[in-house]
Amino acid sequence: MLLAAIAFLAIVSMPLAALAENETIKGTLEKIDADAREPVEGVTITVEQGGDLIGSAVSDQNGAWEIPVPGAGEYVVRLEVETLPDGVALTDPERFELPDVSVRENQNKTARFNLGPGLSSGVSAWNRIGSLFVIGLKFGAIVALSSVGLSLIFGVTGLVNFAHGDLVTLGAVVAFFFNSPDLGGGWHILIAAIPAVLLVAGFGGLQEIGLWRPLRKRNTGLVSLIVVSIGLSFVIRYGILVAFSGLPRPYLNYAIQSDMQILGITTVPKNLAIIGFTLVVLALIGLFLTRTKLGTAMRAVSDNADLAESSGIDVSRVILVTWVVGAGLAGLGGVMFGISEQVQWDMGAKLLLLIFAAVILGGLGTAFGAMLGGFIVGVAIEMSTLVIPVEFKTAVALAILVVMLLVRPQGLLGTKERIG
Amino acid sequence: MDWVKILIDAGRAAVGVPAAAYALSAIGLNLQFGYTGLLNFGHVASMMVGAYGMAITVDRGGSMWLGVIVGILLALILGLILGIPTLRLRADYLAIVTIAAGEILRILVRSSWAEPVTNGILGIQAFADEFFDLNPIPVGLYGIGRFRFDERTVWVMILGWGLVAVVTLFMWKLTRSPWGRTIRAIREDEDAALSLGKNVFGYKLQSLMVGGAIGALAGMFLAIDQQNVTPDTYIPLLTFYAFTVVIIGGPGSLLGPITGSMIFWFLFEFLDGVMTGAVLNDWFFGWFEATDIGPIRFALFGVGLMWLMIYRPQGLFGSHEEMLIDAQ
Amino acid sequence: MPSSEAPLDDLARTPGVPKPDPILIVDNVQRTFGGLQAVNVQSLQIQRGTITSLIGPNGAGKTTLFNLLTGFDRPQHGDWHLNGGALVGIPSFRVARRGMVRTFQLTKSLARLTVLENMLVAAKDQVGESFWGGLFGRWRHIEAANEAKAMASLERFGLDHMASHYAGSLSGGQRKLLEMARALMVEPEVIMLDEPMAGVNPALTQTLLGHISALRDDGKTVVFIEHDMDVVQEISDWVVVLSQGTVIAEGPPAHIASNHDVIDAYLGLHHGEKP
Repeated sequence: MLLAAIAFLAIVSMPLAALAENETIKGTLEKIDADAREPVEGVTITVEQGGDLIGSAVSDQNGAWEIPVPGAGEYVVRLEVETLPDGVALTDPERFELPDVSVRENQNKTARFNLGPGLSSGVSAWNRIGSLFVIGLKFGAIVALSSVGLSLIFGVTGLVNFAHGDLVTLGAVVAFFFNSPDLGGGWHILIAAIPAVLLVAGFGGLQEIGLWRPLRKRNTGLVSLIVVSIGLSFVIRYGILVAFSGLPRPYLNYAIQSDMQILGITTVPKNLAIIGFTLVVLALIGLFLTRTKLGTAMRAVSDNADLAESSGIDVSRVILVTWVVGAGLAGLGGVMFGISEQVQWDMGAKLLLLIFAAVILGGLGTAFGAMLGGFIVGVAIEMSTLVIPVEFKTAVALAILVVMLLVRPQGLLGTKERIG
Repeated sequence: MDWVKILIDAGRAAVGVPAAAYALSAIGLNLQFGYTGLLNFGHVASMMVGAYGMAITVDRGGSMWLGVIVGILLALILGLILGIPTLRLRADYLAIVTIAAGEILRILVRSSWAEPVTNGILGIQAFADEFFDLNPIPVGLYGIGRFRFDERTVWVMILGWGLVAVVTLFMWKLTRSPWGRTIRAIREDEDAALSLGKNVFGYKLQSLMVGGAIGALAGMFLAIDQQNVTPDTYIPLLTFYAFTVVIIGGPGSLLGPITGSMIFWFLFEFLDGVMTGAVLNDWFFGWFEATDIGPIRFALFGVGLMWLMIYRPQGLFGSHEEMLIDAQ
Repeated sequence: MPSSEAPLDDLARTPGVPKPDPILIVDNVQRTFGGLQAVNVQSLQIQRGTITSLIGPNGAGKTTLFNLLTGFDRPQHGDWHLNGGALVGIPSFRVARRGMVRTFQLTKSLARLTVLENMLVAAKDQVGESFWGGLFGRWRHIEAANEAKAMASLERFGLDHMASHYAGSLSGGQRKLLEMARALMVEPEVIMLDEPMAGVNPALTQTLLGHISALRDDGKTVVFIEHDMDVVQEISDWVVVLSQGTVIAEGPPAHIASNHDVIDAYLGLHHGEKP
């Protein structure tokens, strides 16, 4: 234990220092139609690095935009296609994102997007709204899958598990190893997902047996348990960082897909597949909770553990099953997230606050609330970009969380007694 | 491996500027968490509004003193806004809302919308010249052998540990008063405190606000040392460092944050030195590279936090009697 | 031994009967949990300076009624007055300040405060309890007076030798005593005890009963929840029987013990059942 005592020592030096004010990424947006050049105003450009938003700008009346960046390095520059005015479109629709714009020290790097007249006078409002809605549903599906476990575990044990987001990452990363031809078997991602989900589910069970159950036996308080879960989240997250490295990497399959049109909406097939598959899984979970003996026992323990115990339910076993199922679902959410975007060591930790928002919106402790909350959060985040700058989209979910606690702390589907 | 160098570096860290800053930050958190039992996971937000309050005031032509007042006022307002909706709810809700609020604030500060005031992700620099101009210490190195600091660092350390001393005195007065006893009663059992006629909500709000104001001082102090504020400094991790410091020193102990912070920074620097040496000497059989040291340290930080919370919840030096009560 | 003056002997034995000098008047208080009627008390009056016991089977709504009257829970509707002052919508801590203090079924000792601190925290009118008062107020002489009072009270309850120990290190019985002593530091007119004798050995039960009658002798009004009819018989001036949230009978202990409704609702159906 002495070793462990030495262990808590770690700190990054605070990320400060060496801030040269000189690096920027800039450009001018012009619509080139035959010989005519015409500046395009009001288009949003964003710059990201490692999944973090660095900045955004809107092109002025000359079509010019400029975004300062914190230093030399590789950046992703994206043109928000929805903000293009009618009659203007990218000449190559796939090139809305410039994935590796490298900026040297003191450089004002120019990033170029080629615009021309849209084939069908730009993107119709219906298509814009519809495609955002589909993306929102897809993201909501991922949040919902990841949230159900957190909510169920809270229901049966009263623990808000701050390490839940890292179970999501774990699912994505384990699937990555099975998917990779160098490190694993090079299995198709849909096959690789199976051992990934099983391993994360098993890890959830081990956590319960090795950590949470003994702590409950010692009557450790709620506050202490939450802090322990934070410690655990660091262990998992940085363990993954050592094993997986900091680079975001895609799965072998479905990484790039071409657009398809459905009901006048442009989207990629994997979005629809993720939504459909998630709905099936969630429906099965719903059936499990309402139709099976184990599922009803789970809900009974969630409602009142003492009463459930006295009516002959093996509470300890129910909690174990909840951990296994909840962790497995989080792992599955991670695989979906990885298919949708890329696999990254802190993807789940970044999702955690959105998971909280979903769970509180739906009602902490209720599985169906978490599902509903997940979809609402996903759709709200994506649709919000229609009216507010894209850099605020995460804040939207967090604002939903705070407002919900103000007006209805028990959530949409929760009961009031729980929050006392 | 140069053990002497590692130990001296660790010793320097234990009395250095970050140790003072985290002692200060942890004093604020200790009031909230250690004395009142509030699970504030958004403590970093107080540090942020303190630092930005001062930086923006100076940036707009105000004096540093005005900046200090602005920073503290902002932190008090933040505590009020966060506290009113959440302090009637259970501890875990407070944790979730405060961590979310901290992130919302960071997103707002770095956004292009707030850029005219906050200068976006680039932040604000060079706002503490007033303080450094006052430095009466002649240029040179002070200390013994390798255990030495330059005149700038000494000046900042005087400010930091001076602040820690003043705020500790304030806390001594406050926590030994009947007010302090009442917040400890609330930590032990809210319903009991209510049944004895105590306005639990009011006390919790005061504790959250005052703790936040102390956090703001810590934020300002760090910002002064670095002459720099950027939004992405203020990530939730800083809150968890402060929690670890409080727990090492013992929640609800007056001097705990100070000893906790010194131990924390000593061990941090020590571990860094040992692991760097170990990688250089290839003690890990090539399993790890130098770039892995950072993440491994964080993972060990997690292990340490878990271990403390499970086995030493009253701090490394917690009293035996309190331990027994905790086990009940 | 019921009070010798027996001002209640002439009253009708009907639920809701008005008392000659009521300190607490309850009108039509209703509380439902998800459609389930937990409390529905049409009328209830508590006579000043007496010991009233509240009995009833498990789930009769006794603790819920306590919670409602002391502001720890909100009823759907209803009205109640303490000393003529309306208490509806008043938060729990203000109810305590107005002179009605409650204890809890599961004792709530403040574990990591000393026994003396437990007492002092309950003392009234300490200016040092406000933030600015604590920093700059002249609270030490008040503290000294409170301390003298607290020590006297601890002595009376046989806890003075534990004064400097953490309350968490007390035995279960000592915690019950501490909780009662602590409640008295608030100087209440009405003290509401939620099953003070639950899980306590017979010897301590007698001690507690002695303390409860002493409270009445000091002019306090005591309302307490109890299961054991023998205990109720021994000490109460008046007994109120609650079943399924409503008052089904009230009267002097001897009358209640022979009341058939009570025997049906309480003793008959739930005899021998412990909480």
